Amino acid sequence: MEHIRTTKVEQVKLLDRFSTSNKSLTGTLYLTATHLLFIDAHQKETWILHHHIASVEKLALTTSGCPLVIQCKNFRTVHFIVPRERDCHDIYNSLLQLSKQAKYEDLYAFSYNPKQNDAERLRGWELIDLAEEYKRMGVPNSNWQLSDANRDYKICETYPRELYVPRIASKPIIVGSSKFRSKGRFPVLSYYHQSKEAAICRCSQPLSGFSARCLEDEHLLQAISKANPANRYMYVMDTRPRHRVQSWWATQKDIGRIIVRISSKIWNDEKIRESDEKKRLNAMANRAAGKGYENEDNYSNIRFQFVGIENIHVMRSSLQKLLEVNGTKGLSVNDFYSGLESSGWLRHIKAVMDAAIFLAKAIEAESASVLVHCSDGWDRTSQVCSLGSLLLDPYYRTIRGFMVLIEKDWISFGHKFSERCGHLDGDPKEVSPVFTQFLECVWHLTEQFPQAFEFNEAFLLQIHEHIHSCQFGNFIGNCQKEREELKLKEKTYSLWPFLLDDQKKYLNPLYGSQSQKSAVLEPNTVSFNFKFWRNMYHQFDRTLHPRQSVFNIIMNMNEQNKQLEKDIKDLESQIKQRKNKQTDGILSKELLNSVRPESPALKATLSLKEQALLPVNDVLRTIEGSSPADNRYSEYADEFSKAEPAVVSLEYGVARMTC
Amino acid sequence: MEFAELIKTPRVDNVVLHRPFYPPVEGTLCLTGHHLILSSRQDNTEELWLLHSNIDAIDKRFVGPLGTIIIKCKDFRIIQLDIPGMEECLNIASSIEALSTLDSITLMYPFFYRPMFEVIEDGWHSFLPEQEFELYSLAISEWRLSYVNKEFAVCPSYPPAVIVPKAVDDEALRKVATFRHGGRFPVLSYYHKKNGMVIMRSGQPLTGTNGRRCKEDEKLINATLRAGKRGYIIDTRPLNVAQQARAKGGGFEQEAHYPQWRRIHKSIERYHILQESLIKLVESCNDQTQNMDRWLSKLEASNWLTHIKEILTTACLAAQCLDREGASILVHGTEGTDSTLQVTSLAQIILEPRSRTIRGFEALIEREWLQAGHPFQQRCAQSAYCNSKQKWEAPVFLLFLDCVWQILRQFPCSFEFNENFLIMLFEHAYASQFGTFLGNNESERCKLKLQQKTMSLWSWVNRPSELSKFTNPLFEANNLVIWPSVAPQSLQLWEGIFLRWNRSSKYLDEAYEEMVNIIEYNKELQAKVNLLRRQLAELETEDGVQESP
Repeated sequence: MEHIRTTKVEQVKLLDRFSTSNKSLTGTLYLTATHLLFIDAHQKETWILHHHIASVEKLALTTSGCPLVIQCKNFRTVHFIVPRERDCHDIYNSLLQLSKQAKYEDLYAFSYNPKQNDAERLRGWELIDLAEEYKRMGVPNSNWQLSDANRDYKICETYPRELYVPRIASKPIIVGSSKFRSKGRFPVLSYYHQSKEAAICRCSQPLSGFSARCLEDEHLLQAISKANPANRYMYVMDTRPRHRVQSWWATQKDIGRIIVRISSKIWNDEKIRESDEKKRLNAMANRAAGKGYENEDNYSNIRFQFVGIENIHVMRSSLQKLLEVNGTKGLSVNDFYSGLESSGWLRHIKAVMDAAIFLAKAIEAESASVLVHCSDGWDRTSQVCSLGSLLLDPYYRTIRGFMVLIEKDWISFGHKFSERCGHLDGDPKEVSPVFTQFLECVWHLTEQFPQAFEFNEAFLLQIHEHIHSCQFGNFIGNCQKEREELKLKEKTYSLWPFLLDDQKKYLNPLYGSQSQKSAVLEPNTVSFNFKFWRNMYHQFDRTLHPRQSVFNIIMNMNEQNKQLEKDIKDLESQIKQRKNKQTDGILSKELLNSVRPESPALKATLSLKEQALLPVNDVLRTIEGSSPADNRYSEYADEFSKAEPAVVSLEYGVARMTC
Repeated sequence: MEFAELIKTPRVDNVVLHRPFYPPVEGTLCLTGHHLILSSRQDNTEELWLLHSNIDAIDKRFVGPLGTIIIKCKDFRIIQLDIPGMEECLNIASSIEALSTLDSITLMYPFFYRPMFEVIEDGWHSFLPEQEFELYSLAISEWRLSYVNKEFAVCPSYPPAVIVPKAVDDEALRKVATFRHGGRFPVLSYYHKKNGMVIMRSGQPLTGTNGRRCKEDEKLINATLRAGKRGYIIDTRPLNVAQQARAKGGGFEQEAHYPQWRRIHKSIERYHILQESLIKLVESCNDQTQNMDRWLSKLEASNWLTHIKEILTTACLAAQCLDREGASILVHGTEGTDSTLQVTSLAQIILEPRSRTIRGFEALIEREWLQAGHPFQQRCAQSAYCNSKQKWEAPVFLLFLDCVWQILRQFPCSFEFNENFLIMLFEHAYASQFGTFLGNNESERCKLKLQQKTMSLWSWVNRPSELSKFTNPLFEANNLVIWPSVAPQSLQLWEGIFLRWNRSSKYLDEAYEEMVNIIEYNKELQAKVNLLRRQLAELETEDGVQESP
C-alpha cells in the first residue's frame, strides 16, 4: 500500500487509559492494509480496524518516546508510546490516510473476503426481504398499495424504489406533494398496524418559503387519514425542537389554517416552557389565519404534536462532551454527573424515547395514524419511526425482526450512514451519532423489559461495531440509489447472515415471558430510569466493568441446559439399549459378543461430554481482575515500596501514593 | 395500659389507602400500640401492617370534612390515607405522632413481640466472641481474648470480650484506654490468614495540644508488627480535621512517637453531612416530574455516591495494605464508631471469603457493628423525612450496606446472599420487631436485658424458610480477594433501596424469577445426568461381570 511506510515498530508501549501511574504493556505494533495490530509480551493481540479510527493525535515528545493517541468510533481509546519519533510520524501519517478514504471502493468491504461463493453471497443479501416485511404487516390491502412512482428514483433519489401509499393517492398527487416536501421526500408508509388499521408514515418538512398552499400535499395527508377507517383524525408529529419549528411556522403562513392542537400530554419536564410556547404558537397560527379557528371543520382531522429532538450538530457535540468527561483520569463522582448533565446526552435519549412513546400510544390507544417528520426525514424521523414500531410490534424485538427494522427504517429510507459515520473523508459536520442513539434507546428498553427482546446487549454492540467497520456492504452509502450504483450486492457481503450464524452469542437467555414478549411496551421515562450506558461507551475499558457477568453466566447455563437435555436423551437411550441387550444377552451370548465393541465407544463419548461440560463451568466462574496478576492492582506494589507516601489516593481502584 | 391513653380513636371505617403503582384500597383503619393496620376485610386483599416505629414523619391536609394523612416511612415509602371526619383524622394523626416517637426503649415493639415461628437456633448465642476468636485461634499465637472490659468499666462502648496482643496485659490496656477517645483502645478487628497481618481499630489518641503520649499505647500497637515491618495508620479524617481535633483534646499519632507507622489521611464524612446527603437523595428520587438535567444535578448535589466512593476507596486501600503490602493497619477516625467500622468491615468483605457468606456476614455485623459499639439507636432514630433533626442521626450503616451492594453488583457470584438480604438489614436497623439493633452498645443492651426480653433478628433469619429468600442463586464460593472498581462509571444508585417505591419492578422481578428457574433447571439436569451416568456405569460393570465367567 502506498500509504504505509513503516509496517512494524518494536518496543512500543501501550498505556492503560485510566491508570494514574504510567504502567504500560510493551509490545510490537504492526500496520497492515486494513488494521493496526499491537501484540504485547503475553502475545495478547489488540486489533484496530483503520475504519474505526476517529482521530489520531501525536502528542509532544517525552523522554520515553513519542505518544500517539488513537480514538475509535467504537469508543476504544488507545495511547501508544513509540520509541522513535520518525516511526511515530510514519505511523501517524499512514493512519491519517488509511482512516479517511476518499473513495467508496477503498473501503474494507470491497476487499473483505470471507470465502463465500457468489451464490452464498447473494443468498446473504436476500436474507432480508422488505417486500416480505410489508406483506407481514398486511400491505398491500384495500387501503394501501405499492406505488411505482419512484421506480426509477425519479421523484425522490433518497427513497427506495418501492413505496407504499394510500390507495386513493393518485400519481399526480404524489408528484405534487413531493415537490412541496424537502428533497422530494413525500409522506409514505413506514409501518402498518394491522389490527388497529393505523399507519406510521414518514416524510420531510414542507419546503420553507412556500407561501401558497399545496393542495396535493393536503390531499395526500387526507388520503393517509382516510386510509385509516378506525379513526377520523390523524397526528402530524414534528420531531424538531420548538425554536426551530417556530421559524418554520413563520414561513408557512397558510399553515395557520390548520388548527393547532398540542396534545395535553405535555412532557413533564418542559411544562412551563411549553405552556408559554403553546400560547405563542397558537397566537401565531391564529394571526396567520386571520380568522383563527374558523377553518376547523376542514382540518380538524389533523392534530399537531411537537417533540423536541435536537439536530445532528447538537447531538454530535453532546456525544463529544460525554466522551471528554468519561476519558478524564481520576474522575470524581461529581465531575462525572455534572459532565453527564452538561453533555445533555441522556436528555436527548429521553427526548427520542418520549417521541417514540407518543407515537406508539397514538396508534395503540387511539388507533390514529401518525405522520412523522423532521427536516429531511432521515435522522430523527428514522429514530422515532423505528423505535415506535419496536414498541408496538414484538417481531422487531427478535433478532431477525430487528435486522428487518434497520433495513427498512434506516437503510432503505436513506439514513445517510456513510456521512453520519464518516466512512469517507468528507464533511465532519455531517457526522452524527443518530443511529447510536437509536441503539441506546433500544438498550434502555432492554433494561426496563429484560424479557421482551430475543437479542442481548452484545447484539447491539456488534451492530454498532459494524456501522463503522465498513467490513460489510449494508451501511455503505447514503441511500439505496447510491448503493445500487456502487454494486454493493455484487462486490461486498451482507452483515446479517454472519450475525445469524453467530446467533448463539446474541440470544437473550431470559427472552420469552409471554407478558413481555407479546405486549406493546410502555416504558417509564422518569429521568431516573435513564442510565449511563457503560457497556457501550466504555466497552474496551475492562477495569470499569463488573468482574462477573450474570448475563454471561445465565447465557452459558442456558446453552448448557440444552446440551444436558440432549445428554439425558442419549444416556436414556443407551441405558435402554443396554437393558435390552442384557435381557437379550441372556438369551443369546453370540449377540452379546457382536455388540461388545460398542462399549468402549460409549465410554469415549461419555468422557468427552464430561470434558465438554467442565470448561463451561470454568468460563462461568472465572473472575477477571481478581487474580493478583491483574495489572490494575499489581502496579502499585512498587509504588508502595518506593517512597514515603504522604497522601494515598485511590482512583479507579488503583492506589497511588504521591510523595 | 398506657398506649390506650395515646389512642383516642382506635378505629375508623371507610379509610382509603393510596400507594403508588397499586389501586386505592378502602377499608378499616385500626391503631394498636405498635401498629397501624388497614384492612379491606375482603378476601385476596393484602392488609397493610405498619410499625409505628417505621414512621419517620407525617403530614396532614384537610379538604372539607375529608382529612388526608401522608405517612413517610423510615424505609422511604410514602403512603396516603384519606380519612373521613376531621376529628377522627386529627386523633389518628396525633396518635401516630405520639406512638412513633416513644421515648422509652422498653415500650418498643421488640419487648412485646411474641414470635409465631419455632426458634431453631437462638440468635443471641449465634456469634459469641469466644467462637469467633476460635476461628482465628488456630493461626494466632500472638493474640488473646481479654475480659478487661467485663463490667464495661474500661470502655463503655466495647463488649466484655475483646481481642488484643498477647504481649499486652490488662493493666496496660486500662492505661491505653485513658489515652484513646471513649476508652476505645486498639483491638483486633481482622486477622488476614494469608500473611498474618491484621486490621486493628480504636478511637483517636487523646494527644491534645501539648502532644501527650502514652508508652503503653505505642507498645500495644507495635506489638502487632513483625520485626523490621512497618504498619499503616488509616485516619478516616483529613489532616486538617485531625489537627483541629487536638484543640478538643483529641488528635493523631505523631510520627516521632510512632516511627514504625505511616499515617494516611482520608476524608470520610460524618453526622449531619451524611444525613443531609440522604435527605437530598431521597427527595430527588421521590420527584417523578423533574427533567433530566435537574435529576442529574440533584443526584450530584446529594453527594451520596461521592461518599460511597470515598468509603469504598478507603476500604480498598486498607485491604491493599494487608494483602498486597503485607502490612498491618490501625484504623480510626474520631470516636471510632462510624467511619472506622465502615472501613474495617468493608475491608473484610474484600479480603475474607467467609464474610461474603450469609453466616459470615451476620457475624461481621455482630462483631464489627453491634459489638464494636456503633450507636444504632442514635444513628437510626430518624430517616430521610424527619424535620426535627437531632445531632446524632446519620445513615452510616446504610452507607455501609450500599457499599456492600456496590461490591455485590461487581461480583454477583461471590456472595452467598442477595440484595434482599441487605435491604432486610436496612429495614430492621431502622424499625424492627427484633431486639438486635436496639441500644447503642453492648453495655446498654445488657442493661435492657434484650437477650431475655426480646427476640434476636438472627433467630428469625437463620431458618431455612427465610434463608431461601436471601440466598443468591449464583453463589459459587470464591476464595479470592475481590477488588471492586471505584470509578464513578462503575458506581450506581442503589435502585432497590432508593427507587424501590417509585417504580414498578414487575418486569425486573419476573426476569429475576426466570433467571432462578434457569439455574434451578440446570441443577436438576446436572443431577439427572449424573444419575443416568451412574446407572449406565453399573449396567456396564454388570455386563462385564456377566461376560467374565
